[in-house]
Amino acid sequence: MSEKEIKNLEELFDQRIARDEKIEPKDWMPEKYRKTHIRQISQHAHSEIVGMLPEGNWISRAPSMRRKVALLAKVQDEAGHGLYLYSACETLGISREELYEQLHSGKAKYSSIFNYPTLTWADIGAIGWLVDGAAIINQVPLCSTSYGPYARAMIRVCKEESFHQRQGYEIMMTLAKGTPEQKELAQDALNRWWWPSLMMLGPSDAESVHTEQSMKWKLKRKTNDELRQQFIDQTVPQADLIGLTVPDPNLKWNEEKKHYDFGDIDWDEFWQVVKGHGPCNKERLSARVNAWEEGEWVRDAAMAYAEKQQNNKIKKAI
Amino acid sequence: MKKNWPLWEVFVRSKNGLEHRHFGSLHAADEEMALENARDVYTRRSEGVSIWVVESKHITASNPENNGELFEPAQDKVYRHPTFYTLPDEVKHM
Amino acid sequence: MKKENLIQYIYGIADNALILGQRLSELCGHGPNLETDIACTNIALDLLGQTRCYYQYAAQLSGDKVTEDDIAFLRTERQYKNVLLVEQPNVNFGYVITRQFFYDVFHLLLLEELQNSDDEILSAIAKKSIKEVSYHQRFSSDWIKRLGDGTEVSRKKVQDAVNDLWKFTDELFHLTEDDKNMLENGVGVDVSLLKEKYYQVINEILEEATLIPPELKWFRKGGKEGIHSEHMGYLLSDLQYMQRTYPNMKW
Repeated sequence: MSEKEIKNLEELFDQRIARDEKIEPKDWMPEKYRKTHIRQISQHAHSEIVGMLPEGNWISRAPSMRRKVALLAKVQDEAGHGLYLYSACETLGISREELYEQLHSGKAKYSSIFNYPTLTWADIGAIGWLVDGAAIINQVPLCSTSYGPYARAMIRVCKEESFHQRQGYEIMMTLAKGTPEQKELAQDALNRWWWPSLMMLGPSDAESVHTEQSMKWKLKRKTNDELRQQFIDQTVPQADLIGLTVPDPNLKWNEEKKHYDFGDIDWDEFWQVVKGHGPCNKERLSARVNAWEEGEWVRDAAMAYAEKQQNNKIKKAI
Repeated sequence: MKKNWPLWEVFVRSKNGLEHRHFGSLHAADEEMALENARDVYTRRSEGVSIWVVESKHITASNPENNGELFEPAQDKVYRHPTFYTLPDEVKHM
Repeated sequence: MKKENLIQYIYGIADNALILGQRLSELCGHGPNLETDIACTNIALDLLGQTRCYYQYAAQLSGDKVTEDDIAFLRTERQYKNVLLVEQPNVNFGYVITRQFFYDVFHLLLLEELQNSDDEILSAIAKKSIKEVSYHQRFSSDWIKRLGDGTEVSRKKVQDAVNDLWKFTDELFHLTEDDKNMLENGVGVDVSLLKEKYYQVINEILEEATLIPPELKWFRKGGKEGIHSEHMGYLLSDLQYMQRTYPNMKW
């Protein structure tokens, strides 16, 4: 195809998206669209399955049977969400194994928030409330993104995720109105997870490289800073309601803007964690690599067995 | 060469009376496992009463490049639709 | 019939589900791939759900504001009545599947009898659980076949697990004093009668999986009397951590 022809196709393609038409796997798409989507969807999928680890830590130590089954079901949902997203990504012509390879080699990124440790039970509450809360704000707009398989996966994810945040907030609420010791656990968890949760919504708009293109393709509908403001505005009253204090001395309601003003985010910390220097980067990645490597003989066995069964069937037919 | 578990497409009937609908895909080594995995992955919240799985490679799909010749010729056959025909106002439903 | 005997009898069944559920849930996030991870977690959730039904019933029988959580988290090691089999660690996926398979076959046979119990609640729990456990058995049997008749590596690994875990199977059929008492009262199941059928099912599947049932004359026992393996203490220190560290709180 000549450059001019491609340019022409690209224009038609952008017009389709502008008209809110969905792009489906076999449709022509610019190479950049394909690559950007592989990157974003797989990063999203990786975040789901790495995200299982910090919470998975507490399944065996959950404080009650009710909490144990809820947490187990929640972490399992994350495996499911990873699976839906990997499947969406595979429609773009890349295999799940290749995507894992990118994760395991450190080439692909996942949400940095999961490089923070879960030190107490209250962290499970904080993750559900804050991290899932921030994730939902990120994800809801993606239900109407331009790439069909991604949008469909997100609809399913958002539907299932609705219990996750409630689960977390309920844990925090129970702790906050429990004994002084419990309330302290809750406040401590909020103190440690608040800022990483704000960072989770991405670098500030001035620093963000992908925003404009992503807006056009509906991979993003609002800027990082807008999403962050939305998250803060919705979360602060929830903290007030259960008597916890958001750890930001500069946090103040701005009557004129009808938004909260808030303090500076430590972006150095953010970039350090992204670059691999967070408290648990190594542990998270090696847990994933171990599971994959230790599972290899299992996956091979199933494949070998399937082939034998298939051959037997053919033999019988003859 | 090493073989990975193939990809399967999952179709679920949410309740009797409705058709099977495409729910998504998954990996499985054989058809038995594909059914079990589909049950575990796609019906955890009682979403279904019946599951079909088919290995993705067995699906033949039309090519969007041919959409013009495949689907556009149907667009001007307006006489296939009831609104093409006029009725006296007195006949409310037909 | 003494209430205490019934409560102990319920523990004898429910503790197996709790401890096996606990072991399986340790696997969540570390399975050989996503689909299998999700499947194993479903089994864990079934088992923990069953545990809660039993414990809630036992709590109600106990009165005195006893809750399911008191029973799950606040007994001493000697008071847990699960068999040794279910507390064995997740050495590798071969062990996970073999342990599951050895328990599922027994579990289903047990529930098929328990549904005829004169105790209406136990009978109802059994009826509900049979559907779940039938699926568990199907899942673990299929995997035993895949691993056994898969590759050379997988056959060896799963055969090792079979050889290692076999010694824990006989305990499933021991009758405790509480078992005998409940049997006399038409509530309990005579597990000793399940033995023949059990090994028949196990051997059929192992054969299909090209695996060899070990010839073993000596078996381990003790779990039913609360005398566990060394693994149990570590399992309980995880399980009980919160309730022990922060006593008398609501979560």
